Amino acid sequence: MQRRHFLHASAAAALAGGLSLNATRTWAVPAGGALDSRLLVVFLRGAYDACNVLVPQTSFYAESRPNIAIPRPGAVKDAALAFDADWALMPALKSTLYPRIQAGEVAFIPFAGIDDLTRSHFETQDRVELGLPLPGEHVDPAAPRADTTQGFLNRLAQELGTRLDSDQRVMAFTDRLPMVLQGRRMVTNTSLGRTGKPATDARQAALLQKMYAGTTLERGVSEGLDTQRQVAMEMAAEMQEASRNAITAKGFDLEATRIARLMRDEVRVGFVDVGGWDTHVGQGGATGALAGRITDLSRGLDTFAREMGPAWKDTVVVVISEFGRTFKENGNRGTDHGHGTAYWVLGGSVKGGVHGEQVALTGPGALNQGRDWPVLNEYRAVFGGLFQRMYGLDAEQLQRVFPGGQPRDLKLV
Amino acid sequence: MKASQSVPRARARLPAFACVTAGAVAAAALVGCATPPGSTNATVPVLGPAPVIVRADVHQEADAMRVSTLDAQRIDRATFGVDALALQQVGRLGYARWVDEQLHPKPFALPESVNDRLARMKIVREPLLSRLREDVTVKKSADAVADDEQKKTAQQAYQKGLNTQADEAAQRWLLLAANSPNQVQERLVWFWVNHFSIAQSKANLRLFAGDYEATLRAHSLGKFRDLLEASALHPAMLRYLDNERNAAGQINENYARELMELHTLGVDGGYSQADVQEMARVLTGLGIRIEAGDAKVKPQLQAQYVHTGALEFNPNRHDQGTKIVQGQQVPSAGIAEVHLILDRLSRHPATARHVSAQLAQYFVADVPPPALVDRMARRWLATDGDIAEVMKVLLTSPEYDASLGQHFKDPWEYVVSATRLAYDGNVVVNPGPMLNAIRQLGESPFGRETPDGWSMLEAAWASPGQMTARFDIAKSLVGGNGNGNGGLFRVDGLTPPAPLPKARVESSAWLRTQAPRESEATRQALFETLQSHPGDWAWVAVVSPEFMRN
Repeated sequence: MQRRHFLHASAAAALAGGLSLNATRTWAVPAGGALDSRLLVVFLRGAYDACNVLVPQTSFYAESRPNIAIPRPGAVKDAALAFDADWALMPALKSTLYPRIQAGEVAFIPFAGIDDLTRSHFETQDRVELGLPLPGEHVDPAAPRADTTQGFLNRLAQELGTRLDSDQRVMAFTDRLPMVLQGRRMVTNTSLGRTGKPATDARQAALLQKMYAGTTLERGVSEGLDTQRQVAMEMAAEMQEASRNAITAKGFDLEATRIARLMRDEVRVGFVDVGGWDTHVGQGGATGALAGRITDLSRGLDTFAREMGPAWKDTVVVVISEFGRTFKENGNRGTDHGHGTAYWVLGGSVKGGVHGEQVALTGPGALNQGRDWPVLNEYRAVFGGLFQRMYGLDAEQLQRVFPGGQPRDLKLV
Repeated sequence: MKASQSVPRARARLPAFACVTAGAVAAAALVGCATPPGSTNATVPVLGPAPVIVRADVHQEADAMRVSTLDAQRIDRATFGVDALALQQVGRLGYARWVDEQLHPKPFALPESVNDRLARMKIVREPLLSRLREDVTVKKSADAVADDEQKKTAQQAYQKGLNTQADEAAQRWLLLAANSPNQVQERLVWFWVNHFSIAQSKANLRLFAGDYEATLRAHSLGKFRDLLEASALHPAMLRYLDNERNAAGQINENYARELMELHTLGVDGGYSQADVQEMARVLTGLGIRIEAGDAKVKPQLQAQYVHTGALEFNPNRHDQGTKIVQGQQVPSAGIAEVHLILDRLSRHPATARHVSAQLAQYFVADVPPPALVDRMARRWLATDGDIAEVMKVLLTSPEYDASLGQHFKDPWEYVVSATRLAYDGNVVVNPGPMLNAIRQLGESPFGRETPDGWSMLEAAWASPGQMTARFDIAKSLVGGNGNGNGGLFRVDGLTPPAPLPKARVESSAWLRTQAPRESEATRQALFETLQSHPGDWAWVAVVSPEFMRN
């Protein structure tokens, strides 16, 4: 209680007096004290090739990828989009997110990821979602044993506690509850990629509520049925709008529209995953397979931003992937499993540009094991620093979200 | 026993089907269908007309048996859901003898329609090794394609082939889970495959899944020592946990660690990181060799070389030094070292406790009663890890009886029990709808990425999204408007029965198990439904809070 007052007061003071902001400032605590900040984590499962999206401007890059490198910005066909001195961007972003990137709403964190070196998709995804120290990592012996049944977003939701009102839901927009959201706090999940009504109508839902009243499953069942009903309502609204608009959204664009509807209203912490990134063969360069996936993704993200309306200023989207890919192209004009990747952070109040520790990719010496991007911005540090700014979590709370993590404030918002 | 010796060698790898062939005539009476003698031995599937056999007589007999509610609920928990056949079994034998029979299962016959279905599967027609060799060739030619687009197409076709075989493995498994009269064995097969979990997403493990399940099935009620070896020496496990890469000087600890932490001793089983490293040394050289010829081995090590099927023990890759695991020496002896450590691990008191506790978690409660676990572990040590004996302690314990009706069903249990109840007396020939339902609920066969297997805890499966998903998939399984899911009875090449079976729950199985524990609210909901929307009756029954538990 006291803490909330303090945060509230400091935010108000900051707004009023334009004071320099300290590290525990919360940027989205409104006068009422309820939580307005929205967080959406987008997990690109399969390890996207960050190096052809955030393109290093070195000759070593072009030499390493004779068939798939994207040409430097300029008059050439399919040239990369200009960004800053060290980096350019995949041209597939041009018609989608580039205007927002230029407007400073998008931050990139290259050399981000996890220290795990198994290069196994699933093991690495699980480890990122757990947000725990890796086996062998030095841990304070006094710390409690790591709980491998809870993901870091669930632990975050627990820390937010009562600041997340009961109807401000935490939700996975997936068929199964992903590891990252499993844990003690109740979290609901439903995939928005499909169309169609829930199998249960209002009468049947009422029947279910009655049957489960007084049982230990009562709360979960009503929460689940409420979510279904709300999603169905949003879908109905969408159908009406669709009949007025000629263009029908597809794929991630459609999902993103629906996610935005839910996050505008009730959902404060959301998670979605997008697949199709494991480009071992023929990934293409400025155009082709990867460019197609990036177009879908970035169009969806742009739609999401637009659909959020005024709430976009309180929203942060973080796009992550389990690891990056090899710096050199392989024998099949694709790339193999690598290490460091690039995270994207988007939002109406995000500070755009390239953030975090960096290394110049001018020769093999800059690479991890001579093959891929190193990890210089560990994911727990990045997320920890972001949560600190977004929610004003203190060091103790951050330790509960990321045991053993060392939050680093990259001043992303 | 005589019968199983007479089965052809190729089939001996797949015990369930050996049993089918062997026991066909004897058990035909059990399922109430007249199987023409001899036809089960045909290698080319014979297409019969209607694959569904309605066993009305079984319902009548089960009704006449007057099985007590306690016995009915006991078998409901021990099986993938009580049905008329299970009631009939316990009605004839009494619970104590039923337990004995289930723990020492007799050969049985699957209905002809199910056998037909199985006989078309590639994983049944061709042994693992020949499928693995074919895989090498197909993959090589796909990788050799020069044009990027064509290569992609070839590789997609290759992947599709792998998926088909993984699907077959899951479908065969579910056909048995739904139709086998040896239901306790079916529950144990699930438990063991989950205990020694593999993930089909890794490399080409989709090819191995069916053989792995069948191999563990053969030992599911035998000695734990044999079961442990079946898993340890199966190429699926050696690939999944990377032991095929574990060699002297290039140690990979992955399997060594999980062997102790997950499969035997348990995380608190009293071993150290040093023990894991030593165990990894013991396991060096144990791997996979798919090609026909043997590897070249140093002459002085030739005697140690083993190459059986796809399993290879290569002494060139083996650490020939002495190892010390948990304070005990493992003298250098080639693959005999592996046998020695499997002996020790399977008889270790920590293993007895750890695995007993997990069995009790699966069959009794999230937090297994310690006194029960104690008694199970003692029985384990007294019987040299006889799984049937340990399970007998569990199934006849007061703790088991006291827990009835409280254990939350995981997705497999939920989906299979709903199907068995709603279509009691009909033979499911196409498990596709069940498989989809289980996948949608997130407990895919061979789908757990991490080696710890699917969680057996209520919390893992009772999230809000999980509950509504259950309500939705229940509709597709038992059908809205009482029409049922015809897909369960339709399969290519066979004429579906007309009319298709409808879902119904007003059976003896329901009356003996669910009805007595229904709450007033559930009773009221069922009553109202019967009055106003009778077509929803079966759906309401299987989405009731009581049906979520057993």
